[in-house]
Order: sequence, then C-alpha cells, then structure tokens
Amino acid sequence: MSLGMQVEDPRVVEFDVRTDEMLVNMGPQHPSTHGVLRLVLRTDGEVISEVIPHIGYLHRCAEKIGENLTPVQWIPYTDRMDYLAGMNMNLGFALACEKLVELEVPEKVCVIRLIIAELGRIASHLVGMGAYGLDLGTFSPFLYAFREREIVLDLFEEVCGARLTYSYIMPGGVTHDLPDTITVPPGLAGLTESDPNERLSWADACRRFLDWIEPRVKEYHTLLTKNAIFIKRTAGLGILSKEKAVSYGCTGPVLRGSGVNRDLRRDGESIYTRMYTDFPFQIIVPPFEDAPPESIIGDNWHRFYVRMLELWESLTLVRDGLDRYAEIEGDHRVPPPGKKNTADWMKLRLPKAEAYLETECPRGQMGFYIVGNKEANPWKARARSSSFCNLSVLPDISRGALIADIPAIAGSLDVVMGEIDR
Amino acid sequence: MKTEEIVTVLESKFGDQITGNNLKNLDPWIELTPDALLPICEFLRKDESLSFDYLACISAVDYFIADPKKAARADFEPHIEMVYHLESYTHGHRLVLKAILPRWKNDQEGELPEISSVSSIWETANWHEREVFDLSGIYFCDHPNLRRILCPEDWVGYPLRKDYQMPTEYHGIRGE
Repeated sequence: MSLGMQVEDPRVVEFDVRTDEMLVNMGPQHPSTHGVLRLVLRTDGEVISEVIPHIGYLHRCAEKIGENLTPVQWIPYTDRMDYLAGMNMNLGFALACEKLVELEVPEKVCVIRLIIAELGRIASHLVGMGAYGLDLGTFSPFLYAFREREIVLDLFEEVCGARLTYSYIMPGGVTHDLPDTITVPPGLAGLTESDPNERLSWADACRRFLDWIEPRVKEYHTLLTKNAIFIKRTAGLGILSKEKAVSYGCTGPVLRGSGVNRDLRRDGESIYTRMYTDFPFQIIVPPFEDAPPESIIGDNWHRFYVRMLELWESLTLVRDGLDRYAEIEGDHRVPPPGKKNTADWMKLRLPKAEAYLETECPRGQMGFYIVGNKEANPWKARARSSSFCNLSVLPDISRGALIADIPAIAGSLDVVMGEIDR
Repeated sequence: MKTEEIVTVLESKFGDQITGNNLKNLDPWIELTPDALLPICEFLRKDESLSFDYLACISAVDYFIADPKKAARADFEPHIEMVYHLESYTHGHRLVLKAILPRWKNDQEGELPEISSVSSIWETANWHEREVFDLSGIYFCDHPNLRRILCPEDWVGYPLRKDYQMPTEYHGIRGE
C-alpha cells in the first residue's frame, strides 16, 4: 500500500501461474491409446489446442536386426510389427523379396495367399471395430468381434500352428498347404452347433465360418454404425481433408475415408495386383447413401464405415478364393530362381539390386525396401509403416476437439504401435 | 509417364544437378546433388504432368564397411545415400530419387551431414525425416521440429549406422 512497493500489472501473469493452459499427459499406459502411445495434450480447459504424440516405447530395432539376418529369418520380425495382421505383414515382405530376386510365384500360391491375406484383413478389421467400440465405452461389440476373430485364429492355427505370429507366408510361397482334413474348430462347432469331433477339410470349415458370419456383420451395423450415441461421438469429428490426407501420406481406410479412390489391390505393382486380377471386388470410397446427415466425408464415422464395408468385401474375396483353390493344382512353395530346392531360400545370396514394394494391409499401405549386396543378409531392410504416417495426422485433426474426443479420433485411425515403432 | 520421359524433363530443366540415373534397376532411380533436392522436389510436386503427390518413404542407406580389408575390396567409397520413393496418385507413375551425402560433414566425425528438408512440400516428410535423423544421423535444414522420435531424447549415437557401437549402459541399466 505504501508508495515504495512495486505494484504488478495484473494483466501480465508469469508462465508458471498461468491458469489458462494445461499440459495433460495421456501416458504410455492408457486403456484407449491402442498400445504404448504417449499423447501430451495442451488444453485450454476441455478444448485441445495441441496434441504432441511421443512414440518409440515399442522400438525393437527390427531394421537393424534385418541387416544381420537373411530374409527368411527376418519374416518372424515382420509378424511382430503389425501383430494384429501378421499374415499381411509376412505377405508384404515375402513379395518384396520375390520382387528383388525377380520371381513370380505360381497361381496356387497366389490363391492361397489371397485367401489367407483376406482372412487376415477380416480378423484385423474385427479388432478395429471392436476396440473402437471399447474406446468409446461399449463392451458388446468388442466381445462379438473377438468371438468371430477366435474362429479365424483357430483356422490359422490349423494352417500354420500359430494364432498371432504366423510366419506363414515366406519368400517363394507358403510354408504349408491348406490342410485336407482337420477337426472342426471348437469355437465354430459351438456356434454352429455341429459335432465337435467332426472331420472336414479346411476349405469347408472356412466356408462354414463365412456362412455363419455373413448375417452377423449386418448386426454390427445396428450395434455401432447406426447407433445414435456412436454417431454423436464420431460424426463430424476428426475431419481430414483429401489434400491433407495425401500430403501426410495417410493410406488405407484413413485415405479412402477422406474420399480418395485408391486401393493398392487395384493400383499397386503388378507383382501384387496379379493376386487380385481374377477376383472382382468393390473399392470402398465415400460418398455413401446411408451416411447419417451429421457426418462429413473425412470424419471418424466415414473411416469406421469404410472398414466395415471392406470387411464385407473380404468375405466375398475369400469365398471366390476358396472356389478357385478347389480347382487348382501345384506346389505351395517354389525354390528361388535357378535353384532346385525350397531349402535354398535359406542360403540365397541376394542380387546387387534394390526393391521397394507396398502392399495393401488392413491399416494402410505397408512398404518394404530391401537393398541386396551379393550376400545372404540384406544391406538394408526398411519397413515403411502405414500407421506411422496415419498417426502423424493426429495433431492436425484433433485441434479444437475436446479431451474426450481424443480416443475417438485416435481409435478411428486404427493404429498399432508395433508397426509404428518396429 | 515412363521414367525415361521423366528423366528427360528433369534434365532439360535442371541440367547438371541430375548427376546420374539407373533406369535398369527394378525401381529406376535418379541421382541428384543434395543442394538441388528442394527445387527438384518442388517441381516434381507442382508440375501438372508429373504431380508426385505421395512421398512413400525416406530412407538413409549407410554404405560403409568397418573391416579395412573388406572395405578395400568393396566397389564403393564410404557414403550415405538418401533414398526418396515418390508416387503420383493422379498419373500412377513412380520414381526414386537418390542423393549422395558424405558420412560426416567435412569429414569431421561427429558433424552430421546436411540436406534440406522436404517437409514443406510433403507433410509426411516431417516424421520420416525425424526418424532418419534419429536412426542414421542426417541433419535436415529448415525442419520444423527435428528431434528424436523412436529412441529416447537423450540417446547418444545413431543406431542404423554401420559403425554404431551399442552403449554398455543407459541410465544405470547395463546392456550387453
């Protein structure tokens, strides 16, 4: 009060007593961040002004290891990248190796790979759908999705012995042919009320699964897609424009949800698209006639709906693949060019060349870049991950959203940290 | 457009900044000087007939052999290659760009080689360049936010370089 005291201007507030901005940490351990992702949210109350993702908690140095192992030995590392779609990861790397050594596999291998890759896509989109519902608070779609996924995993177990980390698709083909007789998978037996000891071929078990799941996919639409609460939480949020999606390198359902008509199964390199040329399917791109009026092309709801419709298309693809598999003969794995034995893949010296190949995995376009230098180990094995680029768009689309919308936006991008961190 | 036509267009516009190409490789590539990267990439992005709007991947390949006897027999000098894989959504063509950088700037060990950042042209380059900086130690000029992305912020060294030595200890945790 005395004249000698300094009176501070109340409009000038020091930084550490500012009350208008908070830094909230959505830490690496969080139920809704789809793995070990750390998001630092700079918020003004409840409204977000900036999201800073921090990644690298699951970095396992797969690329450095790839320089010390032969491609066949590195296939299990690709499984563990996008662990929810291991088959598609294996396929991407096996095709990149085949591109490098300039090998075209026979048609039987292509048909088996098609069936397996599309089943993997179904399994992965089921997780994407179920986990998204879980992030938003509903538990039932998650359990339905995992009930269906159990049957797919049982079918994969009959083929290659593993449920999550398959290492099934190798350079040159696949490790085992689809089995002729199996015991019906227990989940499928329980749900379709068949005799649990029934013996049937893998293809027939797969067809029984497809017949069973087809009407159920329509149920999921009533559970989530057309649910008023779900629409309120997802429509009109996290809008990603076409130009931004292309500039940020987003691919897969994130890109198609923004309206860009691109799918590598049609537009990719011929060594990959030849798997799909005889099997017609729709590429899912908005606008959709049955989109709710609140939704905008490029928002969470559209990305989610693209995944749901892609699941439907994959069912048709698997069915067509199984029909074609019944008619075709041949080997399930071929030796490298110029050699006689499939075991020669283990010691194969890679040519002095380099190859980059992208394939359409459930989460986007996954690219593998291999540089060979006349040795068995590649000089460089790089994986370009789809979720890495999809996640980089998160800061841009979540500006202005509420804190509670962050799980909805991050969930609609459907990222897997194993792929991002490698 | 075929790659030969793209090379012709680029050479007519940029002349000797295109230092080489290998059109017989599975993915044909064009080699350029590091200084020319930014103007060439802008041209590739903006030109109507080329319009490379998708940057698929940025990689840094370290050509270095630690063993001096094997290095003497190798057919390359130690260097780092920056590899850019580009694709066009509108036209469907693909291109690979390469820029050769020295392993250390001015051959001083510890000084990172520099190249301009293309994150002003393709936003995806932001995170890819951070990864290349983190793992291979290339400094990108004019990058908005160049810091480590996969390794912890206080990590020392660039793991994907061929002469990288694993540290024996990190914050008191003993490694091999």
